[in-house]
Amino acid sequence: MFHLFRKSLLSMIGLAIIILLLLVALFAPFLAKEHPSYAEVSTEQGTTQVEERWEIHFDRKLLPPSSDHFFGTDDYGRDIFSMIVYGSQTSLRICLLVIAISTFIGVLLGGLAGYFGGVLDEILMRITDVFLSIPYLILALAIAAALGRSIDHIMEAMIITWWPTYARLMRGQVLALREQQFVEAARSVGARNSRILFRHILPNSLAPLLVQITLDLGAVLLVAAGLSFIGLGASPGTAEWGLMISDGRAFMFHAWWYVTFPGLAIVLVVLGFNLLGDGLRDVTDPKLRR
Amino acid sequence: MKIWEYIVRRLLLLIPVLIGVTIITFTVSHVIPADPARAFAGGPKAQPETIARIRAELHLDKPLWEQYFYYLNDLIHLNLGKSFLENRPVTTALAQYFPATFELTIFAMIIAVPFGIIGGIISAIRQNKLSDHITRIIAIVGYSLPIFWLALMLQYVFAYQFPIFPLEGRLSAGMTSPTTFTGFYVLDSILSGNGATLLSSLHHLLLPAFTLGFATLAIILRMMRSSMLEVMGSDYIRTARAKGLSERTVIYKHALRNAMIPTITVTGLAFGGLLSGAVLTETIFNWPGMGRFAAHAVLGLDFNAVMGFTLVVAIIYVLANLIVDILYAVVDPRVKLGGG
Repeated sequence: MFHLFRKSLLSMIGLAIIILLLLVALFAPFLAKEHPSYAEVSTEQGTTQVEERWEIHFDRKLLPPSSDHFFGTDDYGRDIFSMIVYGSQTSLRICLLVIAISTFIGVLLGGLAGYFGGVLDEILMRITDVFLSIPYLILALAIAAALGRSIDHIMEAMIITWWPTYARLMRGQVLALREQQFVEAARSVGARNSRILFRHILPNSLAPLLVQITLDLGAVLLVAAGLSFIGLGASPGTAEWGLMISDGRAFMFHAWWYVTFPGLAIVLVVLGFNLLGDGLRDVTDPKLRR
Repeated sequence: MKIWEYIVRRLLLLIPVLIGVTIITFTVSHVIPADPARAFAGGPKAQPETIARIRAELHLDKPLWEQYFYYLNDLIHLNLGKSFLENRPVTTALAQYFPATFELTIFAMIIAVPFGIIGGIISAIRQNKLSDHITRIIAIVGYSLPIFWLALMLQYVFAYQFPIFPLEGRLSAGMTSPTTFTGFYVLDSILSGNGATLLSSLHHLLLPAFTLGFATLAIILRMMRSSMLEVMGSDYIRTARAKGLSERTVIYKHALRNAMIPTITVTGLAFGGLLSGAVLTETIFNWPGMGRFAAHAVLGLDFNAVMGFTLVVAIIYVLANLIVDILYAVVDPRVKLGGG
């Protein structure tokens, strides 16, 4: 299977972009020229959360890109390159956590509903119908607005929005696989339900799940950036790509670099996930293999 | 089964979905916030008296199920509460903003659907040629772009560096809106015979509509390409070719109709993306629609407005997908109207 994947140039570009993202996030402290400090602050709800802080240098605000500041500086004189490098950690954390948790919930509920059928299945499907009848960004927007501004809250909002997609996908897989001969065989030799589900059905559902996950990682980043842009995500001054674009908007006409580079970072990463997802789909779906 | 029977059945099936939607918006507004009364009163800076008044008005001290029925009762009477930012009922505000959003969405579709379909066809019949590669790159970039960033970049290039298009708004400064018949400026301009506002409104529409429609264009293009390729490889196309039909007839008479079917479904789903995108596009182009209203409401902690917007969008989206399903049944005679 991998040889087919390797032959596709676009998929390899996607893979390279994602590896680059991982490396940048991992080695951010070595790549960035400037570094944030972290402080614990108390929120309105009385809990504490860690806040990221960047040093302010008014003497060098809104400088164009140069060898000192590859991507220029922002209105507080912060180095945009360093912020984008650290922002990769935030983006990666949002994408991975949201997708991991919604996949877990969706696979569990969808798997059970598909396998056991009946009333449970009917109820779950009606619930997912309702969730899927509200566009992703708008449901997440409403939930995040109810929870209050923070990155954790937009992640929670997106998990609530995203799990039904996986529940539907997994249920479909289970329904298709349940009647297959190898499942029938396992059942006839007396395998327990849990064994059939986890040892026989789940491994055979991995390919379509993986494709969906890869494509959704990009979609999650777009929605998260959109919510941040509106003002629901990170608190001001955090190195988060959507927020940086939002902050840079006021200075767009005399400091084009401020909005341009964080946007390019988002495009690159989403493109990477999409190319990779497309490649995986072409390889795993024999119908498309030409 | 007749088509109208199918429509009636689908409309009836809509009822449980809509009830479900109200349960979600109720939960989001009454259960999720740490203090719903405070949220409705405008957040941390709300006066204690306002909070107390709202707690009583919305019956927030009653059990949840009772609160839900008060909530439903309000909805049935088209009462979505009052917008704090605009100091008027949310329903009135949304009704005023709706035409602007609808006009923008329609124009986004007018850009996305034909270009997506034509691009997809070209891409498919010239598979692996240069034009195919270009359209595929447009497609994959199109759905990887953050819409708000695309909007800013287009503003920078086409409204600032090369000022071909206006930066924002629906009409040029100083121009009064056309006589209101429908609230759609293009239509109103035509109806009132006002050429100046017609040109200005079209001029103002183009950039935001392109921004909003670009991702949809990409999705349609991709779907059209792959379904066209699938159809072109099928037996009946080979038969049609073997009969000696011209390539043009084969493509446009035989392949296209079948390849359109998945594209229609995708268009319906993409409509949700358009409604989401409208929030961001309208904010950036200062377009006086529901999306900008919602984005301002989010920032201004105008909770009633956010929740009202969510509900209205959900209803529009559900209806749009119903229309798509019906179209689908009309286009594809194989779709059995009766069976699941």
